[in-house]
Amino acid sequence: MNSVSTTKKITLTAVAVSVGLVALSACGGSSDSGDKADSKSVTLVTHDSFNVSKDVLKAFEKSSGYKVDVLKDGDAGAAVNKAILSKDNPQGDVFFGVDNTLLSRALDNGLFQSYEAKGSDQIASQFRVDQGKHRVTPVDSGDICVNYDKKYFADKKLAPPESFADLTKPAYKDLLVTENASTSSPGLGFLLGTAAQYGDDGWQGYWKKLKDNGVKVVDGWEQAYNEEFSGSAGGKKAKGDRPLVVSYASSPPVEVRYAKPQPKEAPTGVATGTCFRQVEYAGLLGNAQNEKGGKALLDFLISAEFQEDMPLNMFVNPVREGSKLPELFTEHGVSVDKPETMAPKKIADNREQWVKSWTSLVLK
Amino acid sequence: MAVPVAFFAVFFAYPVAAIVARGLKVGGQWQFGRIAEVVGQSDVRHVLWFTTWQALASTALTLLIALPGAYVFARFEFRGKQILRAVVTVPFVLPTVVVGTAFLALLGRGGLLDEMWGVRLDTTVWAILLAHVFFNYAVVVRTVGGLWSQLDPRQEEAARMLGASRWTAWRTVTLPALGPAVAAASLMVFLFTFTSFGVVQILGGPAYSTLEVEIYRQTAQLLDLSTAAVLTIVQFAAVGAILAVHAWTVRRRESVLKLVDASVVARRPRGAGQWSLLGGVMVTIAVLILLPLGVLIERSLSGPDGYGFTYYKELTSAEGGAFLVPPIEAVWNSLQYALAATAIALAIGGLAAAALTRKAGRLVRGFDALLMLPLGVSAVTVGFGFLITLDKPPLDLRSTWILVPLAQALVGVPFVVRTMLPVLRAVDGRLREAAAVLGASPLRAWREVDLPMVRRALLIAAGFAFAVSLGEFGATVFIARPDNPTLPVAVARLLGRAGELNYGQAMALSTILMVVCAVSLLLLERLRTDRTTGEF
Repeated sequence: MNSVSTTKKITLTAVAVSVGLVALSACGGSSDSGDKADSKSVTLVTHDSFNVSKDVLKAFEKSSGYKVDVLKDGDAGAAVNKAILSKDNPQGDVFFGVDNTLLSRALDNGLFQSYEAKGSDQIASQFRVDQGKHRVTPVDSGDICVNYDKKYFADKKLAPPESFADLTKPAYKDLLVTENASTSSPGLGFLLGTAAQYGDDGWQGYWKKLKDNGVKVVDGWEQAYNEEFSGSAGGKKAKGDRPLVVSYASSPPVEVRYAKPQPKEAPTGVATGTCFRQVEYAGLLGNAQNEKGGKALLDFLISAEFQEDMPLNMFVNPVREGSKLPELFTEHGVSVDKPETMAPKKIADNREQWVKSWTSLVLK
Repeated sequence: MAVPVAFFAVFFAYPVAAIVARGLKVGGQWQFGRIAEVVGQSDVRHVLWFTTWQALASTALTLLIALPGAYVFARFEFRGKQILRAVVTVPFVLPTVVVGTAFLALLGRGGLLDEMWGVRLDTTVWAILLAHVFFNYAVVVRTVGGLWSQLDPRQEEAARMLGASRWTAWRTVTLPALGPAVAAASLMVFLFTFTSFGVVQILGGPAYSTLEVEIYRQTAQLLDLSTAAVLTIVQFAAVGAILAVHAWTVRRRESVLKLVDASVVARRPRGAGQWSLLGGVMVTIAVLILLPLGVLIERSLSGPDGYGFTYYKELTSAEGGAFLVPPIEAVWNSLQYALAATAIALAIGGLAAAALTRKAGRLVRGFDALLMLPLGVSAVTVGFGFLITLDKPPLDLRSTWILVPLAQALVGVPFVVRTMLPVLRAVDGRLREAAAVLGASPLRAWREVDLPMVRRALLIAAGFAFAVSLGEFGATVFIARPDNPTLPVAVARLLGRAGELNYGQAMALSTILMVVCAVSLLLLERLRTDRTTGEF
């Protein structure tokens, strides 16, 4: 009897204390609760790398009358998967950032609804997919390529590699660092590039040679580029000792832009015969709360203003024909004429199996 | 008992079951064949094997390094003991991202060891094992040391008087008494290292992966929900087994031991042997715990133009682009979330502890062990489970702020229960009766008798729940709204971006988190009483 009343009282204290604490924290917490989107605001769900100039976004908000909430939801892969899992009751109206390696997964899972964005006819034809249904709109493209440290090769009086085949030559032994294809999107892109080049049956043989030639694999781009690579600002600081790294064709302009003082010439170059093209798409989410706003937002993503703002914010190329590229890009970047490409369907059908065999071939 | 059961059913069992079902139920048909299929894969078996042996190795190493520490904290009296006990506990509540970062800064490229001797241990098993020791040192010191400090040394002395050698006396008297505590501590360490996520992900490199990391990879990267579901079940079974053994050792520990007041037993070390033991433990703590924490602080202060508060100042600006808000707001978010999580954990844990005190028997003991399960179930699974289950009325919580505290409270509850239980069980009902006989009203009797005894335990439990909530990462990272990051989430986000400035800010935020944890633990140390022999 007694013990019962004790526990009751302990219970009461606990409840009283907690009610007080909850009330206390609710006062502060409620102000930032994510309220249901009203028709005046539109939510863009995207990955962590999304970036847009403030004035460009403001101009859109002013002309359209919508307030844009940007929800950065982790790295590209996780963001897509979360969007798929929560598609019945999505976190926003538009999703941006699904690339060609994940596109089929998004489409097969019915993530998007159909909408043909205004200005779609301005998009270069090579980027258009899903033409009949218009579930996604291409927004940008970029190339995953091997970058090299210019100083290293100049000092050694060695020509930097140009093609996939060059990378297996003895002259480039122990020089290349790449990313884990199962956890990193440039890592996967590089693998797909080799598969496109050497075919379904040939790429494994190529990777055997690459492994024998001392390729190093690390988990993510961060580590590869900023720690292992000798050509980047971060890598120099961390005393990286690999002069070849799998990165992007747009990495050299980045090295120029974020250096103080800015050098005349980029310290890194691109091996243009090792590139795989990545295209990023956006789409109107299936159960979007604010369909009208979402459509306006999609129109905005392929408008000339946004397309020309992108290069210096996300370091990707516009897909809209006739977009002006910033000087930094034309001067220090390279244009890749013949990147490797692969249809999203083919990627979807093979990705898992390829990554699996790649893992056991290269990592174990 | 109904409230905690309902809480766990709705916020733990249901989301976890839903995400597992999503993976294993295809077109309304359960695919149990997948279990055998997945477990049969050689790379899955490889992961299982690595998970198990690194946990065993981590546990052994932790015991080896921390047991002398437990002895020193239990038997010796020295200056700064209270502060030191708080400091060694800081790592335990630090988020794994921060710990991983500290060790990377110490053992990785350009780290301290690299600069001094050219030794690099990142992407080796050693980095993982050392980080695990760093993490779990306090578990052993507190669990084993707590009991050790209350063992009556006269029993051992008596044995020696009767002719036993020092070793025999220790082996036959002290060791058996300590045995169950050592076993319980080992199991806790094994549990924590078996489910290790952040440490392995940051320090392990592509070649090493635990079950928890693999579950994350299968869910978040590959969206292979069926493999993830099988792995979750495997981990669940393993953790269940560990907890069953744990419950059994706890019960054995509750068998009668002659305990004395710790302050009677502890004394200043005497003789060269004892002093050098104390010295050895201090050096171990300095190298293993203070050094990584120090490296974090050093990095946070080492700006582009020498030492200064550049990175801390930068935290107040939203210009970095990593977030829409200045990173410093994460501190405020975290405090609010942790406060709410503490309140929930106290309410649920308090009720559960009260129910467990009142009732006894097999069923209740089972419930006791069940309450520990959230510590061992993949946080990623819980996070994803929340995402797909709590999104429709009447439980449409996904876009509300309460979701994060709810997930954090799940890991806080076990700590509250473990801290409250021993104290609640120790309240003597006769005191209350005596008060009633002397004319006190029930309210007064409760206020005069129960409250003073329970209050401290309640505060300690609150402190632990608060610190653990503050550091929770795995589940929070999935459900925290991007515009409201918590401290650990903000640290991870900053670390994931290129550039010196982002790295420096991550270090600065980690340092702030560390200080907040340390302060709350120091406050706890002041409240610590000799009565509390809770496990943490």
